Amino acid sequence: MLTNFAALEVGQHLYWQIGNIRLHGQVFLTSWILLGALLVFISLGTKKMENDPKGLQNLLEFLWDYIRDLARTQIGEKVYRDWMPFIGTLFLFVFVSNWGGALIPWRLIKLPSGELGAPTADINTTIALALLVSLSYFYAGLSNKGWRYFEYYVHPTPIMLPFKILEDFTKPLSLSFRLFGNILADELVVGVLVFLVPLILPIPVMFLGLFTSAIQALIFATLAAYYIGEAVEEHH
Amino acid sequence: MLAFNFFGATEGGLFDINATLPLMAIQVVALTYILNSLFFKPVGNVVEKREKFVSNNIIEAKNKLSEVKKLEADLLTQLQSSRTEAQRIVSEAENESDKLYKEALELANNEANASKEKARLEIETQTSAARDQLSKQADDLSELIVNRLILEK
Repeated sequence: MLTNFAALEVGQHLYWQIGNIRLHGQVFLTSWILLGALLVFISLGTKKMENDPKGLQNLLEFLWDYIRDLARTQIGEKVYRDWMPFIGTLFLFVFVSNWGGALIPWRLIKLPSGELGAPTADINTTIALALLVSLSYFYAGLSNKGWRYFEYYVHPTPIMLPFKILEDFTKPLSLSFRLFGNILADELVVGVLVFLVPLILPIPVMFLGLFTSAIQALIFATLAAYYIGEAVEEHH
Repeated sequence: MLAFNFFGATEGGLFDINATLPLMAIQVVALTYILNSLFFKPVGNVVEKREKFVSNNIIEAKNKLSEVKKLEADLLTQLQSSRTEAQRIVSEAENESDKLYKEALELANNEANASKEKARLEIETQTSAARDQLSKQADDLSELIVNRLILEK
């Protein structure tokens, strides 16, 4: 039946059992393939660095510059250097995951259970990223300002305290669910359209998906940088 | 382990949170370190070195430009001063030649006046000598006439 070719498998996972730990195997498989490709790409581009950039080095420098601008505008001139690798890694990881999930025809590879797809379409990945962002901004605030970091919670008035505390929970929640929802929804929309009309019609939606994927990567990295910037900002 | 099951499902589901989460977090942290040493540091070094190089060159060029401008101004003032100096020398020479000319003219005038005077004096003496001689001759003649008249009487 056609459903075998374009079936929708929602909430199905390829389970790996290690001891009594259970993992979503398909997430790790795709992430290893995509990150491997990313690392190969980057090692090729940085193999022979020249003062006069050519080819791949040019592209990587552009990427570096883009990430630096992002980190610098959100975090500020003083500490952006410390956080640039983290922000850049978030951006690259999310971007490579989203685009890899959208561009590579993973469905051609059959798994005993579940299907390969964007690692960011799994709630575990996005929560992991969001919690890392939360830890990062706490660490950034505490390491930069010490206990004075908690002044942020009563700034500008102590009335803000409950809202600021609530924010510490809503930040990772919104970060993780925004990314998860967007990417999963994109995969589902493309899946449904391919299932219903397997010709031409899904293509514009696929392009829209690529656009959304790139925007989500940018949003995730920008928000992470913004939260860190908020934590290290000095109030006067 | 971390196995929250939403929707009452015993296994699977969209919100199946398990050990994938911490392992993925560890993987991302590891990726951060790998990318830092493989990408952010080397590319940053190259880019920042180049930016420093460019800004140094710009500063150097600016310094050189200001030096050139200073030298130009220096030369201009030198030119100005030498021009006024030349003008001064020319006017001095003009004055000098004027003076010399006037002196020579005066000298010549004086000389001419002196010779004129001398000539006049000479003429005068000669005139007076001639007049003396004439009056003497007239005296002689008158005496002769007188004598002759006296003798005839």
